[in-house]
Amino acid sequence: MDPRAKASTSKALLEQLRAAGFPPGREASLRRELETGGDHSLPEAPAAPEYTPGIEVIERVFNNIYRYGDLTFIQAMSTPRGSYTARIGSLDDLMERDSKREEDGFPRKIRIGKLVKPGRSGQDKVVVVPTTVEDKFVHDSKFAEEADGGGAGGSGEGEEGEVIGEQPVRPQEGEGDGAGPGQGEGASHEIESNAYDLGKILTEQFALPNLKNKGKKRSLTRYTYDLTDRNRGFGQLLDKKATLRQIVQTNIALGRINPSEPIDTSDLLVSPQDKIYRILSREKDFESQAMIFFLRDYSGSMSGKPTEVVVSQHVMIYSWILYQYGGQVESRFILHDTEAKEVPDFYTYYNSRVAGGTKVASAFRLVNEIVAKESLARDYNIYVFHGTDGDDWDSDGKESLPEIEKMMEYTNRIGVTIAENSYGTPGESEVEKYLKGSGFLDNKPGLIRLDVMSESAEEPRIIEGIKKLISE
Amino acid sequence: MQLIDQHTKAIMEGCKERARDAGLRFDDESLEYVVTNRDMLELSPKIMIPTMYDYWVHDVEVLQGKGRYELYPNNPFETVINTRPAISFYNDNNPDWLNVMIFYHVLGHIDFFQNNLYYKHTWDDDFAGQALADKRAIAQLRSEKGRWVDYVIEFARSIDNMVDFHGVLADMHRSDTNGLSKKLDYYFDVFLQDEKHVRVNDYVKEIERYNKIVGEKGKDGEDDFFRKIHRKHPEFEAMFEKSNGHRRSNKNDLLQYLMDHSEFLNRDENLWMKTVLHIVRKTSLYFQPQIRTKIMNEGWASYWHETLFMRDDRIAGHEVDFARVNAAVTAMPRVGLNPYALGMRLFYFIEEAANKGRYSQEFLAMLNAEQRRQFDQGTGTGQEYIFQVRENMNDFLFVNTFIEQDFVTRNKLFVADKVLDEQRMVWQWYVKSRKVEDYKQMVKDSLYHPPHITINNEKTDESGLWLEHAFEEKPLVKEFINNTMLGLEFLWGGKVTLETTEVKSIKKPDAQPTLPGMGPAVGDEETKPQIEWQRVRYTMKDRKTSKGLV
Repeated sequence: MDPRAKASTSKALLEQLRAAGFPPGREASLRRELETGGDHSLPEAPAAPEYTPGIEVIERVFNNIYRYGDLTFIQAMSTPRGSYTARIGSLDDLMERDSKREEDGFPRKIRIGKLVKPGRSGQDKVVVVPTTVEDKFVHDSKFAEEADGGGAGGSGEGEEGEVIGEQPVRPQEGEGDGAGPGQGEGASHEIESNAYDLGKILTEQFALPNLKNKGKKRSLTRYTYDLTDRNRGFGQLLDKKATLRQIVQTNIALGRINPSEPIDTSDLLVSPQDKIYRILSREKDFESQAMIFFLRDYSGSMSGKPTEVVVSQHVMIYSWILYQYGGQVESRFILHDTEAKEVPDFYTYYNSRVAGGTKVASAFRLVNEIVAKESLARDYNIYVFHGTDGDDWDSDGKESLPEIEKMMEYTNRIGVTIAENSYGTPGESEVEKYLKGSGFLDNKPGLIRLDVMSESAEEPRIIEGIKKLISE
Repeated sequence: MQLIDQHTKAIMEGCKERARDAGLRFDDESLEYVVTNRDMLELSPKIMIPTMYDYWVHDVEVLQGKGRYELYPNNPFETVINTRPAISFYNDNNPDWLNVMIFYHVLGHIDFFQNNLYYKHTWDDDFAGQALADKRAIAQLRSEKGRWVDYVIEFARSIDNMVDFHGVLADMHRSDTNGLSKKLDYYFDVFLQDEKHVRVNDYVKEIERYNKIVGEKGKDGEDDFFRKIHRKHPEFEAMFEKSNGHRRSNKNDLLQYLMDHSEFLNRDENLWMKTVLHIVRKTSLYFQPQIRTKIMNEGWASYWHETLFMRDDRIAGHEVDFARVNAAVTAMPRVGLNPYALGMRLFYFIEEAANKGRYSQEFLAMLNAEQRRQFDQGTGTGQEYIFQVRENMNDFLFVNTFIEQDFVTRNKLFVADKVLDEQRMVWQWYVKSRKVEDYKQMVKDSLYHPPHITINNEKTDESGLWLEHAFEEKPLVKEFINNTMLGLEFLWGGKVTLETTEVKSIKKPDAQPTLPGMGPAVGDEETKPQIEWQRVRYTMKDRKTSKGLV
């Protein structure tokens, strides 16, 4: 729908709501949400830098004397980088150590590190690496962005005040803080890994409970091992029938069998290659499947931090599930403001901009429709994860609750995450109120979970949230 | 990791001879190893010390960014380690002429390590060997105490920038054989100065009183002297006992203080922790001079590799190759700070100035620019002078003393700053200042400087350890405070309090309009943000932090 038409629908909706009567202060917040304006387009790539013609382009500035070292600088040795697999190898130890820390009463030290938005090309890709930091009392030299030091060193011609060069703006790099000389592509040493690896880290490191232990309808084994493959020459179990057939075939080819005469088996040549064995092979178990719906509120009120929280959490869930179920899980992505739409890939889901009003029910309704239309309930375990800031124009859940109830008939779990806006009252968001009021959370804790965190929640809290959403 | 081959070693020995002839002084023995990228992988987390103790953080990608060099003040990619014999590392496929250049550079470093007074406490040590012993000690402890060893390493490392490096040096340079009793030393050096903060006047009076009594009664006078003190300060005796006879109060050395005064660490079952603290402290002290002499050390090594290489008869025909590599190493960047280039130029500048006798009262008093330019006494003592500089100074003194307007002007140096042009997605770098004060300040600001946190002896008692962070217009990194204090509480065995200063608010003035193609107006003091500070107190008790205003 074109944005203008949509805006007018939203306005009309607002009028309807007004007619029905508002609680005090409610209108202002709804209006504010609408006024955030904009549409849901995907963000554009940052513009390429435009240099003034003829000016010197300064690619990087190394103003930190301690970045220079003889080996890299004089001997041109590259900074070694541990291979990702080597690190993963020691990950088990690290994670065990980390969980022991908690037992001993100290905070965990291993962090997932950096998550980078998945790109168009490789939609499953995120960038992740286990990291830690050594805490110390140190000066914070960047406490005020403009108060740092007296600039950088320089040499050469130029009057005071004269512009002498231009440096491209790279958002990920800080104050003149590129990598040291010869240190490769950049300060960030993250190693590309796909969501699968992130999932592994999440599962093991944070001891996320395993979905399949939740007492579901069907077991979701990933693979079975069976003696299904055949192999000539060696193997685990001799397949007599197949071997005999092969021997006959070989001997016909050699002319040792005359079809008109009875076969004298003692005359037959048996080559080692004729022996057919059965060997163990990994088989996919196609019987069990799961479908995950990711729902995200991308209304105007979600702008900034709430979206970050929700999206990071969904990246983690998505990655973890990819890992846990080896790609057997299908994912569907739904975005909603006052209306819901399904988007084709995680990239679009992740990157779409926020705008417009909020109707949570629209997303739930869409899920119900998809499930009914494609009769997914029969063949799939269905999980629904919904992220919102808790704002809903449908204040008392008149529309949402029936949809949720309907959904609970077939889903294995619904997980609702509320990343509370800083300007709201904690615990007072519409979604939280009506979900709590509905009694679903208490009556059917196996089917629906709610996790409320503040919009400024950090990684450990987000992971805690995932545990809450999917634990038994 | 293997030693360099005999051919290359012979080249190195040749370099040593020539370097000695030029005046450099260093031990005969040195070890040179060829390193591969694989070796580097193992060495770099251990700051190139192959025998460094194992610690799990070395296996993890350490989060980079904020305050990286404040946290890890030792460059992991140094070619030379300051140990006896000095160890250096070489790339496998360096051509001979390049090795000659690197050897001279390395010899410059070794000479610096073995003669600069800031390294005095490392002169007698085979650090690599000690590190090996420490590594074994830690491995042994780990087999007995398990993961608790790693906690102690972690907590000790979290305060390993709080060691009193300068105090250690001061002790070494002070003659120990003054024949005075420890009690007397304590009274004059610690009690009066650090505890009672007496005025200079009163301090001198006390010294006079002591001299008088001893003059009258000889050796027995000391008891008489203290008799009065016991009456005046009844607490003196107890405090002296508590000080363990340390002449300096170790209020600047948190690690040492914990070892001496933490009841928890001094319990029988916890004594092993002190071994760990000791190792961490020793390692930290070992690297302190390196971070404080980066510009000098690299400048000195570059000065010598350039000087000696050009004189070396063995490399004829490779002058152009050398020039290319040397230029890449020692060129002043258009924007940025290169310690090799800056240090080397400064040494050349000092040498020339000293050759003309400019470090003299006469020259300093001269105001006429033309006279100054022509001033040349032809003393020719330049080289001798720079040898003294390399012996007695560190980066701060070096920069603060010798960077002068002539140096800045000669090398066309300036302070650069940048403004963001959001529309075109570029930073515009502009020349901010060519004044020596600004340039010097910029360099000084870039030097390593850990926060100055001291133990308040008066407020530290059974109830807890009391730390004070001296305010230097920079706050501490907030997110590290909690975990650092958590470790401190563990090591101290009780409540820990830290007083520090934080930003209350920052008011950013409106940006001044800029002309297209030009940077902002120069000298616009008003555009500096107004920062309001407040003193706060963090308290860590039972692994919970609380914070309040002072």
